[in-house]
Amino acid sequence: MIQDRYALAFKLYPYRKSPDQDAGSPARHPVVVVGCGPIGLATALDLGRQGIPVVLLDDHEGIGMGSRAICFSKRTLDIADRYGCGAPMLDKGVIWNVGKVFQDDRQVFEFNLLPENGHANPAFINLQQPYFEKFIFEQICQEQANGAPIEIRGKNRVDAIETFDDHTVLDITTPDGPYQLKADWVIACDGAGSPLRGMMGLAFDGRVFQDSFLIADIKMVSDSFPTERWFWFEPYFKSGASTLLHKQPDDVWRVDFQIGWDVDRTEELKEENIRRRLDAMLGNDVEYEMVWSSIYTFQCRRMQKFRHNRVIFAGDSAHQVSPFGARGANSGMQDVDNLGWKLGLVINGLAPDSLLDSYDDERIHGADENILNSTRATDFITPKSKASHTFRNAVLTLAEKHAFARPLVNSGRLSVPCVYDTSPLNGPDTLPGGPSQTRAGSACTDAPLGRDYLLRQLGDQFVLLAINTNAPGGLEVDNIKIRTVALSTADDPGGALAERYLGTADSAVYLIRPDQHVAARWPSYDAASLRTALRKACGKD
Amino acid sequence: MGKLNTKPNIAAPDDFYADLIAAHDGKSDAESEAFNARLILVLANHIGDRDILQEALNVAR
Ligand SMILES: Cc1cc2nc3c(=O)[nH]c(=O)nc-3n(C[C@H](O)[C@H](O)[C@H](O)COP(=O)(O)OP(=O)(O)OC[C@H]3O[C@@H](n4cnc5c(N)ncnc54)[C@H](O)[C@@H]3O)c2cc1C
Repeated sequence: MIQDRYALAFKLYPYRKSPDQDAGSPARHPVVVVGCGPIGLATALDLGRQGIPVVLLDDHEGIGMGSRAICFSKRTLDIADRYGCGAPMLDKGVIWNVGKVFQDDRQVFEFNLLPENGHANPAFINLQQPYFEKFIFEQICQEQANGAPIEIRGKNRVDAIETFDDHTVLDITTPDGPYQLKADWVIACDGAGSPLRGMMGLAFDGRVFQDSFLIADIKMVSDSFPTERWFWFEPYFKSGASTLLHKQPDDVWRVDFQIGWDVDRTEELKEENIRRRLDAMLGNDVEYEMVWSSIYTFQCRRMQKFRHNRVIFAGDSAHQVSPFGARGANSGMQDVDNLGWKLGLVINGLAPDSLLDSYDDERIHGADENILNSTRATDFITPKSKASHTFRNAVLTLAEKHAFARPLVNSGRLSVPCVYDTSPLNGPDTLPGGPSQTRAGSACTDAPLGRDYLLRQLGDQFVLLAINTNAPGGLEVDNIKIRTVALSTADDPGGALAERYLGTADSAVYLIRPDQHVAARWPSYDAASLRTALRKACGKD
Repeated sequence: MGKLNTKPNIAAPDDFYADLIAAHDGKSDAESEAFNARLILVLANHIGDRDILQEALNVAR
């Protein structure tokens, strides 16, 4: 039998017996993705959109209920846009820009995330993770209707894995008993507790933070709290050593209390005890309904390598961070974005298998950046020594009056797109006067183009972006198509494109990867240079 | 205020802060306090200017 380990918010893929379960010998599939969390779903969507057959396995029949991710970054929305499911997320999500930091009963300072103007997507939206996953799932259904070869199998639990040079065999348990599958590639998106990682005996080392957080999602209609991120250090209402308040859709608010390490979980999770903390914070006369509560402890750790020959780890199975900075799901989405096109090229025989090693290079760099930032934020929020506590409070006290102390206040450094500065896939960055923002390795910055936006024109193939200079269309290198997007000052009434892509140069040609990262840039087009750069971006030379 | 710079002036402030806290790793409270005192004296000497030091004393008050 397969017991559910958690309750479902949405039952989306009820168990159905697959013909594979009655096959005489294990059926073989190009890609099996294990785990239907946000990262597994997005991986299947990415590959399916490329026409690559994917089987997605999960030990449940839908999306788990409960309070996990709420903050989704612009980069995640840009990726979702590329997959066709950004619009419903933006529609449902709560857009926010302002954060306020308090100590005791004083406001220490306020920040505004609003980046430059002229981006299709906001810096952040808040959206309950089950909705985020559901929108990806719905896009999968739409792609399936258009013929994308994606198959989801609910109540299919992977219980054993055996790896070979050119394939992997999975033992799967279902309500109808066990069966086996062979896969050319396995993508392990089975979460922080990754059973696959365990079965393969791979380490997952890092730091455990000795503190617990009580998370309460409550429903209230209130005018007293704006759509802002409010964070208290040592709040006057004493409901936690720190407290976070943040709005979600459907009039739901996330409240997060830091309650210490040695706590009696059962006691703390009693509704009357949670309400005691909430009432102290909100005032006794505020009405609210409890939607969900749980207690979390946090860790920052990663696997040493994410790629193990034909088994590739992505999302929380590969790396885990504390939530201060919203770098969990947001970094997992960058894993998918990075892996999808590479695996597609390798499976279609257009790039060598070694291209996948660059997934390790690039995403381990990303994971380290995320771990560093979320470790530092957690250290600031939960200081572990007296000296650290003294400095923390000194910073907070000074920040109220003195600008210099504000950059030191750390209630979470929010997720920003990773720049692959040292990636082996980067080609020449030879655009004199070119902005640093769009250097080789960086994710393309959006810019308004009359009625449209730049990122929406880039799509998910290799693109040659030519600005104020000629480049031929219909390009192809080693059977890999490169779409040319030619723009000029006339397409750029506000000047943002020039500012972000030309700097002081008169013209530019960018080679942009399918994940919309810059591979190389030059002042003008040259066939031989393009060929070399494209081959490098595909791990060939 | 006069000459004391109270605008952000440290590149990569998070790196600096992490180094500062790490410098206290493994120290007892008394050792940390002594370390801080030495650090203040070192920095004060670098600043040198008595007016600025006086302003800094006021800011920290
Ligand atoms: C309190 C909290 C707040 C957070 N806030 C944010 C935030 O604001 N922003 C953000 O970006 N991130 C946030 N995160 C992190 C985010 O929730 C995770 O990064 C994200 O869920 C990871 O997705 P995943 O798909 O890798 O793994 P999961 O969501 O854990 O999915 C794994 C899936 O694999 C399935 N599975 C497991 N074992 C097997 C098996 N043997 N066979 C078949 N299936 C299996 C599971 O049932 C599950 O469906 C937060 C996390 C917490 C706890």
